[in-house]
Amino acid sequence: MSDFRLILAGLGRKPLRTSLLIFAVFIAFLIYGVLAAFQSSLENAAGPSSSNRLVVANRINFTQPLPFAYVSRIQNVEGVTDVSYSNWFGGYYQEPRNFLLTFAIDPESYTRIYSEYVMPDDQRQAFIANRDSIMVGRSVAEQYGWQVGQQIPLSSNVWRRRDGTSVWPVVIRAIYDGKDANTSTGSVFVHYEYLDEGRAFGNDTVGIIQIVTADAAQNDAVAARVDTQFANSRAETETLSEQAFNAAFIDQQGNIGLIILGVTGAAFVTILLIVGNAMAGAIRERTGEIAVMKTLGFTSGRIARIVVGETLLLSLFGGLLGLVLANLLTNTLSGIPALNQFFGAMRITPQIALSAVGFMAALGFITGAVPAFNAMRVNVITAFRRI
Amino acid sequence: MSDSDLIVLRNVAKAYRRGEETISIFADLNLTIPSGDFVAMMGPSGSGKTTLLNLLGGLDRPTSGTILFDGAPIEKLSENKLSAWRAANIGFIFQFYNLMPTMSAARNVELPLLLTPLSTADRKRRVKTALEIVGLENRAGHKPKELSGGQQQRVAIARAIVSDPKLILADEPTGDLDRTTAVEILEMLQLLNRELGKTIVMVTHDPAAAKYARRELHLDKGTFEERHT
Repeated sequence: MSDFRLILAGLGRKPLRTSLLIFAVFIAFLIYGVLAAFQSSLENAAGPSSSNRLVVANRINFTQPLPFAYVSRIQNVEGVTDVSYSNWFGGYYQEPRNFLLTFAIDPESYTRIYSEYVMPDDQRQAFIANRDSIMVGRSVAEQYGWQVGQQIPLSSNVWRRRDGTSVWPVVIRAIYDGKDANTSTGSVFVHYEYLDEGRAFGNDTVGIIQIVTADAAQNDAVAARVDTQFANSRAETETLSEQAFNAAFIDQQGNIGLIILGVTGAAFVTILLIVGNAMAGAIRERTGEIAVMKTLGFTSGRIARIVVGETLLLSLFGGLLGLVLANLLTNTLSGIPALNQFFGAMRITPQIALSAVGFMAALGFITGAVPAFNAMRVNVITAFRRI
Repeated sequence: MSDSDLIVLRNVAKAYRRGEETISIFADLNLTIPSGDFVAMMGPSGSGKTTLLNLLGGLDRPTSGTILFDGAPIEKLSENKLSAWRAANIGFIFQFYNLMPTMSAARNVELPLLLTPLSTADRKRRVKTALEIVGLENRAGHKPKELSGGQQQRVAIARAIVSDPKLILADEPTGDLDRTTAVEILEMLQLLNRELGKTIVMVTHDPAAAKYARRELHLDKGTFEERHT
């Protein structure tokens, strides 16, 4: 029998109480796992990010356009090695509720810069070569049962054609996968030229311009050069790292990170109070047993370790169960194409799992600290007088 | 002090502070307990029997004076050293058994052995022997609530002897038992003393229980009066 058996014996003293405490911790980490996976998927859904990619947008707001001429001017800025551009399309399929996350892009430069989108080379070439092409993410293709070569009527709730209609006939020429599980395949891409030539207004403008720098260390200098170049013009620019731009894009929906922090924080504080209070009560009940252990020769330090071991085990067991269920749940949700399209692959990443285990350990130590301290302070003589 | 003396108390005093008041339990107590002795400690309530037992077991420290165990003073040992000393030298038997309710009899008996470097196999062997000595080898897997009071006290005795301590301290070991069971327990303590040579100090209010010891020490008003049984 080791200290581990003593820990189990302590937890086994009141099985119902232990089960309820494990359930409380389980719920906290289920909430944490699902919300953290949701946040992570939102970040991925906003688009991939690379350390040496910058995004140039209108300083007023990224929904305001930039003159197309900026593309070639930015190409000549010192430190810029590649440039692409895109425009929000606002697409849907057949009816507005079948919303598609659609962007009009320069196909050649965009697929070169965004190597995270993986597809067979012949499909990429076909997509580049034909201006009525559409490149579709795997999850969208699976949702609608689309195949390469299929013609579909893509509608836009933003752009009307010169003939007054909103339907843009396109042919699926490429279906892309993500380079890894974190890359969302929920977007759809059409040719910028196809849009610009056909739209009734807003011609010769782009939404945002993507820049590739030689290395991330030059990002700040390149961003400053670009913004200086267009200072005091009719469309001033703001150049951000791709990561910062994606974060700003997500923040349109509200501060998701703060919401998750608030919800999980409230859950953790509640669990902390419940478990801490219950464990303190459990140690009070066991004053006599602790006194006996001290009498037999167990040191205060060893008894404290056993008490903290109980709260740690409780926290890890409940927490891991919660995380496992959160993983099953997010996997199931990711399997629903409509959700996958918008939120990307919702899953418990190794970083989320690692931080959760860290929180479990912290929860175990914090809730065990006071009971352990109380156990250390148990005075054998006083305790035996009470028995 | 002779080589055969296990415990020697020299001018031991114990006093407690209650607010501004100092309450003296005893002052200048002197006592020698040779190895292999079986002492019954008697006296009226409040005479300091349990306090003395706590001092002998290193659970409390004297206000002044020295307690020698096997020739070495114990009152100056640090808390951790005192814990290790207790684990190696003392076996405790309590009035209310004080077994761990969630553990089986065998696990309860094994508890003091967790403080030793013994292997799992050695611990099992020792637990088996201890339970055989108290006649409970067939109850090893039972939890305390599944045992009678007498059986629980026998488990407590097995726990007290399993690490082969030099001294067994028993605080009213038969105080919670009926007469027949009490006799069984007392006979068992007598057996441990006579057959295994264990030194035993037993606190009791019961003159009939004290008869099982080799000698009786009556503690009253801070002094001992000795009677041989």
